[in-house]
Amino acid sequence: MIRVAVTGIGAISGIGKTTPEFWESLQQGRSGIRPIQTADTTGMRFRKGAEVPEYDPYQYFDEKQLQFLDRFAQFALIAAREAVRDAGVEWTPALRADAAVVTGACVGGQSAQDQGFYDLYKLGKNRCAPLTIPRTMANAGASHISMEMGLMGAGFTLSTACSSAAHAMGLAYWLVRSGGAPIAITGGSEAPFSLGLLKAWEAMRVVSPTTCRPFCKDRDGMTLGEAGAMMVLEPLESAQARGARIYAEVVGFGMSSDAGHITHPSTQGPAIAMERALRDGHIDPAQVGYINAHGTGTEVNDPMEARAIRKVFGAHTDRIAVSSTKSMHGHALGAAAALEAAASVLGLYHKLLPPTANFTDLDPACELDVIANQARPAEPEYCLSNSFAFGGLNATLAFRSI
Amino acid sequence: MTEINSDVAERVRKVIAKHMRIPPENVTNESTFADLGIDSLDGVNLLFEIEEEFDISIDDDQARSISSIPEMVLGIEKLIAAKANAVSGSRPS
Repeated sequence: MIRVAVTGIGAISGIGKTTPEFWESLQQGRSGIRPIQTADTTGMRFRKGAEVPEYDPYQYFDEKQLQFLDRFAQFALIAAREAVRDAGVEWTPALRADAAVVTGACVGGQSAQDQGFYDLYKLGKNRCAPLTIPRTMANAGASHISMEMGLMGAGFTLSTACSSAAHAMGLAYWLVRSGGAPIAITGGSEAPFSLGLLKAWEAMRVVSPTTCRPFCKDRDGMTLGEAGAMMVLEPLESAQARGARIYAEVVGFGMSSDAGHITHPSTQGPAIAMERALRDGHIDPAQVGYINAHGTGTEVNDPMEARAIRKVFGAHTDRIAVSSTKSMHGHALGAAAALEAAASVLGLYHKLLPPTANFTDLDPACELDVIANQARPAEPEYCLSNSFAFGGLNATLAFRSI
Repeated sequence: MTEINSDVAERVRKVIAKHMRIPPENVTNESTFADLGIDSLDGVNLLFEIEEEFDISIDDDQARSISSIPEMVLGIEKLIAAKANAVSGSRPS
C-alpha cells in the first residue's frame, strides 16, 4: 500500500479567498457568517449565510470562460488552481495522463438552473438557455479542472449531500493509495445561494435565524455557506523525494449508511463510519487527539454526534479536542467536508487546533471537550474529520501529522 | 453570391459578432462558421439567440442544413414570412 500525503490546499469560502486567509480566520476564530448579499432574503426566517466576501469572478476568469461556469464550478477551479500551485506540482505528460480529479457537489449549478427555469416558468418563454445543462451538471467542477489542467486520469463527482466531498476525498485517497492514480486533485464546491434553494432550506426549518453555534445550549440551527476547497494528494515517498511540503498524511477512510431515516440521523451509522476509518488506517483510538466534527449546530445533529463519538472512543472521548469550523465557514454542503479536511490538516501542520466560534455554553447533551472560540495549541498524532449527510450517508477521514 | 435582405442579415451579423466577441465587420457573407471559430456549442447558443432576436422557432432539421451565413439569413426570412402568413391567415376576414 502506498502512503498518501496532502501536499497542496486551495480554499475559497466565507472566511477568505485563499488558503492563507482561510487559516488566518480559523486561527483567529473569526466567523464569516453575515447578512446574505447575493439573494433577496426579505421576509425569510433566516437572513445570514457565509458568502465569499466581495467575490468578483472577473479576477479569475474572462467573459468567454464565465459563460460556461456556474458559480459552484468557478469555486472548484479557483480552489484547484491554488491547491496545485501550493503543492508545486511539476506536471509531466505522464503525470497528466493519469492524474485523477474527484470532486463532491451536492446541488450543482443551482443559479444556472434557477435562471434557465425562471425564464420558462416566470417569464413564460418557451425556450431555455442552451448552456443551462453544462452549467448545472454536478460534475462541471471536475470537468473544468481536468480540461483546464489537461488531466486525463479518473474523473468523477460524488453527490451525497453534506458528505459529498468526504466521499470524494476518501475515494481519491484510496485511488492514490492503491496505485490507481499517481496524483489526485480532490475536494468539493458549492454555491447554494439561489432564491429557490434558500426558500427550500427555509421550509426544512433547520437554518438558524441567528448564527451557527455548534454544541451550545442556545444553538438554533445550521447556517449555509458557499465554498470551493481542493487538496492535492500524492504518494508520500515521491512527495518527500521532490522536497514538497507535506501538510499531513491521509491514513484512513470509513463510510456507512444509517439505513434509517431520510433526515434524522442515527448514532450507530456515524459511529460505524468513524470505526471503519480507524480500522482502515490501523489506528488505535487512543492515538486520536482531535475531531473536526460534522457539528452543524442543529438540534438533532450535535447530541447525536457526541453520543456517536463516545460510543467509539469510550473514556478516551474526554481527551479528544473537538471543534466545528462550520461556525465560521458555514455549512457549505457538498464543499463542507473539503473545507473541514483542510481545516483539520492545517491544524495538524500548524499544531494549532481551530476553535468553534460563536460559542456560548456547552449543551450538557453534547458532552465533549469543545474548543471554544480560541484556537488551542496541541500536537495530536491523529485526527478525524466527520461528515454525516441527509439520507444517512456517513463518511469519516483520518489524518496523521507528519 | 446570394442577395440577402440587408436588415435580417445585419441583425444576424450583430448576433454572431456579439456572441463570438468579434467586430461585426468581421462577419461577412463569405465567412464560414469555422472561419469565425464557431464550434458546435456556439452553434446551439447562436440558434437560441437568433430565435430570441427574431421570435421564431428553428427546428433541428433546419438547423442542421445551415452551413453558411447567407443560408442562415434565407432560412430566417422564410420563417419570418411563414409566421406573418400564419398570423394573417388566422385573422377573421
